[in-house]
Amino acid sequence: MSEVLRAEQLCRYYSVPQGFTKPKAVVRALNGVSFNLQAGQTLAIVGESGCGKSTLARALTLIETPSAGELWIDGKPIDFTHKPSAELRRTIQIVFQNPYGSLNPRQTIQQMLDEPLLLNTTMSKSERRQAVATMLERVGLRPEYAERYPHMFSGGQRQRIAIARALMLKPQIVVLDEPVSALDLSVRAQILNLLTELQQELGLAYVFISHDLSVVERIADQVLVMYFGRVVEYAPKTTIFARPQHPYTQALFSATPQARVGEKRERIHLQGEPPSPLKPPSGCAFNPRCRFTQTICKDELPELRNLEGSQVACHLAPIG
Amino acid sequence: MSLLSVRNLSVAFPTQNGWFQAVEGINLTVNPNEILAIVGESGSGKSVAMLALMNLLPPQARITCDELVLDGKNLLQLTATERRRLNGGTVAMIFQEPMTSLNPCFTVGYQIDEAVKTHVGGGRKERKEQVLSLLESVGIPDPARRYDAYPHQMSGGMSQRAMIAMALAGQPKLLIADEPTTALDVTVQAQILELLLKLQQQFQMGLILITHDMGVVAETAQQVVVQYAGQQVEKNSAYELFNHPHHPYTAALLSALPERALPTGLLPTIPGLVPGQHNRPQGCLFAPRCAYQQARCQTEVPALAQQQQGWIRCFYPLETETML
Ligand SMILES: Nc1ncnc2c1ncn2[C@@H]1O[C@H](COP(=O)(O)OP(=O)(O)OP(=O)(O)O)[C@@H](O)[C@H]1O
Ligand SMILES: Nc1ncnc2c1ncn2[C@@H]1O[C@H](COP(=O)(O)OP(=O)(O)OP(=O)(O)O)[C@@H](O)[C@H]1O
Ligand code: SF4
Ligand SMILES: [Mg+2]
Ligand SMILES: [Mg+2]
Repeated sequence: MSEVLRAEQLCRYYSVPQGFTKPKAVVRALNGVSFNLQAGQTLAIVGESGCGKSTLARALTLIETPSAGELWIDGKPIDFTHKPSAELRRTIQIVFQNPYGSLNPRQTIQQMLDEPLLLNTTMSKSERRQAVATMLERVGLRPEYAERYPHMFSGGQRQRIAIARALMLKPQIVVLDEPVSALDLSVRAQILNLLTELQQELGLAYVFISHDLSVVERIADQVLVMYFGRVVEYAPKTTIFARPQHPYTQALFSATPQARVGEKRERIHLQGEPPSPLKPPSGCAFNPRCRFTQTICKDELPELRNLEGSQVACHLAPIG
Repeated sequence: MSLLSVRNLSVAFPTQNGWFQAVEGINLTVNPNEILAIVGESGSGKSVAMLALMNLLPPQARITCDELVLDGKNLLQLTATERRRLNGGTVAMIFQEPMTSLNPCFTVGYQIDEAVKTHVGGGRKERKEQVLSLLESVGIPDPARRYDAYPHQMSGGMSQRAMIAMALAGQPKLLIADEPTTALDVTVQAQILELLLKLQQQFQMGLILITHDMGVVAETAQQVVVQYAGQQVEKNSAYELFNHPHHPYTAALLSALPERALPTGLLPTIPGLVPGQHNRPQGCLFAPRCAYQQARCQTEVPALAQQQQGWIRCFYPLETETML
């Protein structure tokens, strides 16, 4: 297996205005995230709203430049001081969080899928037309849909179109930002199956952002749990589901309702809510909500360290 | 006696091409202190049915109903004004978006106080105490300070709590919660659900919980209604429904859940799409997508009938034994 994506200490900061009188504040949306991903594998990113998942997705797909850190795509280090080459952009593609907003309403499906080929390849018109037809069929849409506009499609169909568009340039890596969250249950299963089939067929690597743990458990190989811009736990799927080590991961897993009657799990109650990005807690960002907090948690930032096959950023782990 | 009894409720909306049947022949019974969940995919008529109960639909909606009794009162005989007076009192509703119920221009305390004034009454000081205790019972820390906060100054979870406090202000006997936690994070969702259940117990309310999250249903509801394209297709106890779904749609929906499917291989799916206004099938609405359909399903409309342990709208319901 070959490594197709590697991130080292990726950071992305935003400065946000706070009214006229106060100086701008800095939001550390992404604060030192590292991982690597092999061809044909799926890395799931989970975490609460605002923890930096979409920010990570934009940094990985070269839409935004990281404030610090390094990135390797297909073994090559990325030089952020230069515009990424077309070749590089082809390698990694994104499917955006919102299937309704991400498709241009004034383009037909044909135009939408043709555009990346037109801009990035030397294919002839008839070759491109053929490629679009093949791709539509591949994602389960009828070829005659090519002349229609996005508003004529259901949510699930639009998500298929978004996936088709991401695949037109035969990428090695696809970043999927909440690809099934907005979809109904039965449609969700169809899209998950499509992603599984495409991965097997094309050897794609996925970065799969989701807050739905039942979906993650099904499709991930590795799981990376983020809290407040940082990685709190990073482990193979089977390891983390068998034994979540970080107190936040434990709470998150226990809070997810199960569609089974009579198997109610012991639930870990979290106090409070995620911290404000403008007022980061000192030490471990999870300490105001954690049930194990000690003095050290408020004073020192816990580093990621190896623990029984997982990487965990908690002073007190193993715990719970 | 049941707290709420609805028989044959239907709602249609006028469109350019005739009437669109959003809700068709709904029956509901909710007992005091009972939690009933309504599940179904987007557009299956869950919200419209509840808004019809609350008389909150736009005037062009065509609503028909054979029986609508709430807390012993026949709502069909009341005037619009009389019915509006029940809203917030006998029955209250909370929505997915707190901002649909909270007014951004007024403080949270003021708005809850208005609700107390309308439905319970009392002097200014008494009411203030009541509002503070409501804020406290929904788990808002430091209620005295939050009393003067505006909705936008609170997080999503906190404004959801404030909205619940407002719904409880009139001491409702029936609470309708329409996707109360969908917009929230998993850990905050767990807090809010826990809170709703605690309050439901404490005030002995009937609770109708609308959600598309099967996990939430399994963990909270006693009774479950499954809706498909505006119709109820199955009604059963949560235990029976999750362990022995009888309607093919319920069974298909449950088996498409990643957590219930076999760990490897593809997920079972339901082919096709929910019918729209123009391709509503003649017979069973689920027939074009159903794995068990027979000739009869194409032409005849199955009724919601008591079969086996529950109510099922299907000519060929799945037997318990044939289920995996
Ligand atoms: N362009 C921006 N300018 C300023 N702040 C931003 C910007 N984009 C994101 N942020 C902030 O960065 C943090 C991380 O946001 P991000 O969208 O990455 O979260 P997320 O994990 O994707 O959340 P969700 O689950 O809600 O999609 C948030 O606090 C957000 O407000
Ligand atoms: N005011 C209206 N005028 C016309 N059609 C409407 C109106 N309100 C709702 N509908 C239609 O009625 C159907 C049922 O809508 P409803 O909002 O009850 O669905 P739902 O089951 O609550 O879905 P969701 O899970 O997305 O909330 C939909 O097809 C919707 O488009
Ligand atoms: S470091 Fe401390 S506060 Fe942070 S999760 Fe671990 S125990 Fe909790
Ligand atoms: Mg996001
Ligand atoms: Mg609704």
